[in-house]
Amino acid sequence: MLAYVIRRVLYAIPILIGVNLITFVLFFVVNTPDDMARMQLGAKRVTQAAIDHWKAEHGYDRPLLWNPAASGLGKATDTIFFRKSLRLFAFDFGASEDGRDIAAEIRTRMWPSLALAIPVFLVGLAVNVTFALTMAFFRATYLDFWGVVLCVTMMSISTLFYIIGGQYLVAKLWHLVPISGYEGGLDAIKFLILPVAIGVVSGIGSGSRWYRTLFLEEMGKDYVRTARAKGLSEAVVLFRHVLKNAMIPILTGVVVVIPLLFMGSLLMESFFGIPGLGSYTIDAIQAQDFAVVRAMVFIGSVLYILGLLLTDLSYTLVDPRVRLE
Amino acid sequence: MRALLVPALALAVTLAACGRVWNDPYPAADRGKNILYSAFVERPKHLDPVQSYAEDESRFIQQVYEPPLQYAYLARPYRLVPLTATEVPHPQYLDRDRRPVPATSPAVAYSVYTIHIRPGILYQPHPAFARDASGALRYDHLSRERIAGLASPYALPHSGTRELVSDDYIYEIKRLAHPRLYSPIFGLMSQYIVGLSDLAARLRAVDERMKASGQGEGWIDLRKYPLAGVERVDAHTFRITLKGRYPQFVYWLAMPFFAPVPWEVDKFFQQPGMAAKNFTLDWWPVGTGPYMLTENNPNARMVLERNPNFRGEPYPSTGEPGDRREGLLADAGKTMPFIDKVIFSREKESIPYWNKFLQGYYDSSGVSSDNFDQAVRISVEGEAALTPQMRRLGIQLRTSVATSILYIGFNWLDPVVGGAMGGAAAERARKLRQAISIAVDMEEYLQIFANGRGIVAQGPIPPGIFGYRGGAAGVDPVTHVWRDGAAHRRALAEAKRLLAEAGYPDGRDARTGEPLVLYLDTVSRGPGDKARLDWWRKQFAKLSIQLEVRETDWNRFQEKIRKGSEQIFILGWDADYPDPENFLFLLDGAQSRALHNGENAANYSNPEYDALFERMRNMPDSPERQKLIDRMVDIARNDAPWIWGYFPKDYVLYHGWLSNVKPNDMARNNIKYLRVDPAQRAAYQRRWNRPMLWPLALLVALIAAAVVPAVIGYRRRERMAALPPAGK
Repeated sequence: MLAYVIRRVLYAIPILIGVNLITFVLFFVVNTPDDMARMQLGAKRVTQAAIDHWKAEHGYDRPLLWNPAASGLGKATDTIFFRKSLRLFAFDFGASEDGRDIAAEIRTRMWPSLALAIPVFLVGLAVNVTFALTMAFFRATYLDFWGVVLCVTMMSISTLFYIIGGQYLVAKLWHLVPISGYEGGLDAIKFLILPVAIGVVSGIGSGSRWYRTLFLEEMGKDYVRTARAKGLSEAVVLFRHVLKNAMIPILTGVVVVIPLLFMGSLLMESFFGIPGLGSYTIDAIQAQDFAVVRAMVFIGSVLYILGLLLTDLSYTLVDPRVRLE
Repeated sequence: MRALLVPALALAVTLAACGRVWNDPYPAADRGKNILYSAFVERPKHLDPVQSYAEDESRFIQQVYEPPLQYAYLARPYRLVPLTATEVPHPQYLDRDRRPVPATSPAVAYSVYTIHIRPGILYQPHPAFARDASGALRYDHLSRERIAGLASPYALPHSGTRELVSDDYIYEIKRLAHPRLYSPIFGLMSQYIVGLSDLAARLRAVDERMKASGQGEGWIDLRKYPLAGVERVDAHTFRITLKGRYPQFVYWLAMPFFAPVPWEVDKFFQQPGMAAKNFTLDWWPVGTGPYMLTENNPNARMVLERNPNFRGEPYPSTGEPGDRREGLLADAGKTMPFIDKVIFSREKESIPYWNKFLQGYYDSSGVSSDNFDQAVRISVEGEAALTPQMRRLGIQLRTSVATSILYIGFNWLDPVVGGAMGGAAAERARKLRQAISIAVDMEEYLQIFANGRGIVAQGPIPPGIFGYRGGAAGVDPVTHVWRDGAAHRRALAEAKRLLAEAGYPDGRDARTGEPLVLYLDTVSRGPGDKARLDWWRKQFAKLSIQLEVRETDWNRFQEKIRKGSEQIFILGWDADYPDPENFLFLLDGAQSRALHNGENAANYSNPEYDALFERMRNMPDSPERQKLIDRMVDIARNDAPWIWGYFPKDYVLYHGWLSNVKPNDMARNNIKYLRVDPAQRAAYQRRWNRPMLWPLALLVALIAAAVVPAVIGYRRRERMAALPPAGK
């Protein structure tokens, strides 16, 4: 298994280089180094000399991907892409274009993001699995039918509607929680109740339907019939046998997102004023801050690769037949 | 489940009965305190006074830093008054040999501003000033490990202060030339301040030497590098020498670019390891102002607290007529600031911002288009008034015309709508521009797209700025006529006549018969912009001109303007200072964006206008200056390089417990003037935010309604036999 893990880690390197290259090209198709300098220096009274100076100081005075003026290897290395990308692989993110340390920002903002994402993930998973199991238990009854109708209805509604509707009803009309804001420590709870509830509710439709399908598929298999024939109660059949055997497809979708919880939620953080990494990324895109965008995309890629690896590893835990060779 | 629900509901009922609000976003310990609650939308990019040039940043740093001058809070037109200076400086003019000459002399080669600072002004407490028993700085050699363990610079146990001296202002002016700071006004100031360019070159060389020797981003002690144009006279006096005349320089002395920065603070923040913790002057301002920034989390909250070392400043005793009636002079002579703490919370979305204002959790708010109808009603006479709902909440409204203009420019270098080609073609283009200026109904635009929040411009100078003329004298005769005491847009027939004279009868080129197609460059703001763009097409269609809208992003739009490749464009300008020069220079030929990288985005050029501008810019406000301005505005109206657009109106809503509110487009250090009544606020917050508990009960009932049948069904199934009993 160790060899498998090492091989997967080595595979990750070209993937990360590719992701970095694509991010770089996409960013600089839209923004030139001059645009970035103007964004940082302001729109008023900026001279070309100031722009050139800013570019030189920030290392944007070189060619983007290929330097024909350089010699030998320098043609590839004396470029913005190479110089800005190399340090990322040592997880040295440097400073944002306005001079602030990116690692310090990430360390500060990851906690609010996790404070929102982890409860949404855990509670959401529990609610979805429970609801799906209930529907599966009552399959082909009116409870199952209306459960599916409810799920389809809920998954047809935009997350934005849940957010605005939730803020209007719970915070504005009923005055039960603050509309937006954030505090550290236990004070965070009152700010997180509503976004967590909305995150969970908005995910019930799609999540529960997906899990119900998985459970129903399992329940049609021979081992379930055998278990029932042995006289096991339906609860035991569902929880001890069906749930366990449905774990592989569940884990495929679930484990891969665990590391990405760190990246935060763009929409939720924006509307609820939660100072996490999601809003950090959005701000960086709006401010044309390539250093931050590049760092966040890189971290996202690393976490996604990590998630996929964890998913593979988790298969061996739930299914003894799986061997990673 | 029942065991959990009953105590939860009981607790909820008890809390509600106690009158506690549940939705208060602030800590309970702060309730009833003398705190101002405000919000910000954009995170500030720079808090270093040498870099900060945006309004979003000014609202923080101008409470902390004190340049020598400030704007009178209540007086209009805007007027400079001393802040840390003893008086507003007046320039002394010198000739090439540094001999005094009269202001009007053509021999003027230098202007010298001597600034006297009040003695006894102290900086806020800060660890950078802390000294040990021997008098040495305590924290100028901190280890990286110690810095890494700090939550904020204020976490260091000792702090100190010292008196503000003229050297601190000199230090900051030198920072304009610092190679690592990129001051946006360095280019402008290096044209005027003697020796600033030379200092920049010297500092660049020093910086390169430091980098080459491995000292990297170490501290450059600016005290060692003299600046020829800035001279220390004594501990409280310094002198700035400018090349030539620049009467508007005095306005820059009211901006943070000229606020004092003590060398100790610069040295403190330049220590290795500080930047990695975001401990920089760009993040933690240090000044002499009424407030100090004690929490900087620009993604969530910024907190200003009263500077305990602030000397106190009397509230103004004079203002505009009517200020006394409106209670704005009730605090005259009393010592400011009145508020202990200011909490700015970040609200990126307008809906939560507005709702929290209505709940009483923000003391003031602007009015967005989405909320306008809920907040404001415009009377038949065009007066803005609050809706009954707002009045019931005790909310107050103040409006003021901003020192800004939004205009539609014609590119002077364009062969169809421009004027640079000269001769008959230029005359045809002039008539075309005039025709379009009449046809574009800005009054309608204001009503449809800005809820009437603005004044249709008749020239480039907004109200409140010297040179502006209102009433009949201020009407643009090209586009409007004065009738029955009001300006009325000229009839479309006149526009059509001008269009025909321009060679485009019925919107077709008289020579070729081809339809006239013009191009509007604008920044794309998404699908919601369609109505606005359709409106523009409709305005041109009135003259049978086809308008092609070229939407693009901000970067490409700016690039087109820089290259002069646009034809018609929409742009705005916010005043740097309340002088007509700051608006009229937008049409000065020497400021052409495409030709000279200046601020004249339309690239307009008229030799007579340019000559008058050169004379006008150096004059004090006087009838002579007004005469020159009138002539310049007439020239511009006749040439019509802009459709004048409109001057936006600021609408400020604030709760009854906030007083001394008066919008001031120039003075950003306004928090010291404000006063809150925390007891009244707390009472209203309680009244407006009583929690409603029936939805919780309903939720519990619904859950029970869903769970109980499921449980019953489950039990029934579990008891059910696999086969029906025999015989049935």
